[in-house]
Amino acid sequence: MGRYILRRLLIAIPTLIAISLVIYIILSLSPIDPLSAFGADPRVPPEIRENIRRSLGLDEPLHIRYVKWLTAMLRGDFGQSFLSHVPVMDLIAQRLPNTLAVVGVAYLVGVLIAIPIGMISAVKRYSLLDNVATTLAFMGFSTPTFFTGLLLIIIFSVNLRWLPFIYDSNLKITDLGSLGLQVKQSIMPIAVLALFNAAVLTRYVRSEMLEHLPLDYVRTARSKGLVERTVIIGHVLRNSLIPVVTLIALGVPTVFGGAIVTEQIFRVPGIGELLIRSIGNGDIPVVAGVVFIFSVLVVLFNLVADVLYAVLDPRIKYA
Amino acid sequence: MATTGVRLAPLAPAEALRPARSLWRDAWFQFRRHRLAMVGLFTLAFIVLATLVGPYVWTQPTNDIDFSRSLLGPSFTHPFGTDDLGRDMFARALSGGRISIAVGLSAVLIAITLGTTIGAVAGYFGRLDSPLMRLTDLFLSLPILPLLLVIIFLFRDTLRAALGPELGIFLMIVAVIGILNWMAVARLVRASFLSLKQKEFVEAARAVGAPHLRIILKHILPNVLSPVLVAATIGVGGAILTESTLSFLGLGFPSDLPTWGRLLFDGKDYIDFAPHWAIFPGLCIFLTVLSINFIGDGLRDALDPRRGL
Repeated sequence: MGRYILRRLLIAIPTLIAISLVIYIILSLSPIDPLSAFGADPRVPPEIRENIRRSLGLDEPLHIRYVKWLTAMLRGDFGQSFLSHVPVMDLIAQRLPNTLAVVGVAYLVGVLIAIPIGMISAVKRYSLLDNVATTLAFMGFSTPTFFTGLLLIIIFSVNLRWLPFIYDSNLKITDLGSLGLQVKQSIMPIAVLALFNAAVLTRYVRSEMLEHLPLDYVRTARSKGLVERTVIIGHVLRNSLIPVVTLIALGVPTVFGGAIVTEQIFRVPGIGELLIRSIGNGDIPVVAGVVFIFSVLVVLFNLVADVLYAVLDPRIKYA
Repeated sequence: MATTGVRLAPLAPAEALRPARSLWRDAWFQFRRHRLAMVGLFTLAFIVLATLVGPYVWTQPTNDIDFSRSLLGPSFTHPFGTDDLGRDMFARALSGGRISIAVGLSAVLIAITLGTTIGAVAGYFGRLDSPLMRLTDLFLSLPILPLLLVIIFLFRDTLRAALGPELGIFLMIVAVIGILNWMAVARLVRASFLSLKQKEFVEAARAVGAPHLRIILKHILPNVLSPVLVAATIGVGGAILTESTLSFLGLGFPSDLPTWGRLLFDGKDYIDFAPHWAIFPGLCIFLTVLSINFIGDGLRDALDPRRGL
């Protein structure tokens, strides 16, 4: 087991290095001058501009600059924001918990909705409930997340006035009242992602269950006299969830994309909102840092899914 | 020998009466029984037709500013209402749909071409399999949306200057969506190639001396077509969603060349007193993508070789 995890970890490292290379190449091919934030002033004479370039190491060849950038990042030094001159790492560290909370809770809620519905849908195939669930699931993953968000705002904030549509990041949780406010303002940003996840996962659970239901081991379980409930939950569902784990991992990039959208709509101060804001401001060090952090998260979650897969399915060889 | 001849003879006329059945005919027969897929097909055909023919029938200008009729709700003169500058939203939605759908189709064309080529090469030539699959895995772990945003942000102005505002942004968005979405198709095609190249008919083709390219294109590829077609159909919906997400985040098409996503982006700050501005473009995206997904589901069922006829 330990060796398997170690091997997965060792594969993750070259992947991350390759991703960092891709990001660096894209950034360095860009026609935007990194000096534009400092040296756009026409009063700066060309020789001083050249000096700034040299002091920043911009006169060195590309591969050396890349290695320097990478080693600095490995030490946790992502550079400074052009705009606020705050270290990029601090900006990301401030906001990362918000993003992870939104994505994490949304995944949890999505799974909690998807497993029972997908299961009943598969067991009672072509029943009224299955048809309703299937139609709703198709609607769920055909609706763009930003449209779900706007619809929720129109219904619950504008018409019913139940929920606030701007996330108040200064809210401190001190007592029950402020906790309630925090819950209230988190409902919609999370619901947008959770509904999308639930729709996708319901389909996965349903189709995996359908693959497993006609298999021999299910008949064996029934013939040795197990209650139907035990057969479905203890045998079929358990086996069907194994491939679902992989499918969840493959969906992680999409979910982080959804997080960017939901953070943008509700002004949740997460790294997605930071990315969009920095792109708007042309703040390249922050943009590079956030994109790299997104890559790390995607690779990390894939790693977790691989390990989970191995834990769930003993047929996976650890060699 | 004689007895078999006798037994076969009476069957022959009955056989001749049956219409010729091909894979696509069978598939169409099966597809028609999928009710939601048929509804999807008609809805999509209606939307595509509306965006193609609509602008010639509904001749209100898309960019005519008239403050006297700004932010009007839906009515007979303006079925989708008007925006803050008094522009007719129905006309804008029609022309926007054209671009949205064109982006979806072109991006998928790129993704399918890339994916099929890479998958076929990886599956057919064993030596290239491992490096190409590593590449696929790498692309699969890229954070797609952030990367798309960064690429568009960095290269938008250069391309706009080089190719003009409309063509430049169109080509760029189509290319980046295509280049970042070929991986699923590549995996699919590779898996099919791996199993198909072991089959007897491929061996037979090789035995009569067919070159690799001919075996790939004429013998194996047609057998992979149906799963690729399903993936392509669903991919069009995905590409339309991606484009509208980019436009919604302000990094897609400009306001004077609006797609559905861009119209939503422009309307999102007015949802408290002019919700129609955002709702109608959103519904357009939703209906289009939903129809495409239903069609994809119907195709998957219809082209599944395990189906019972």
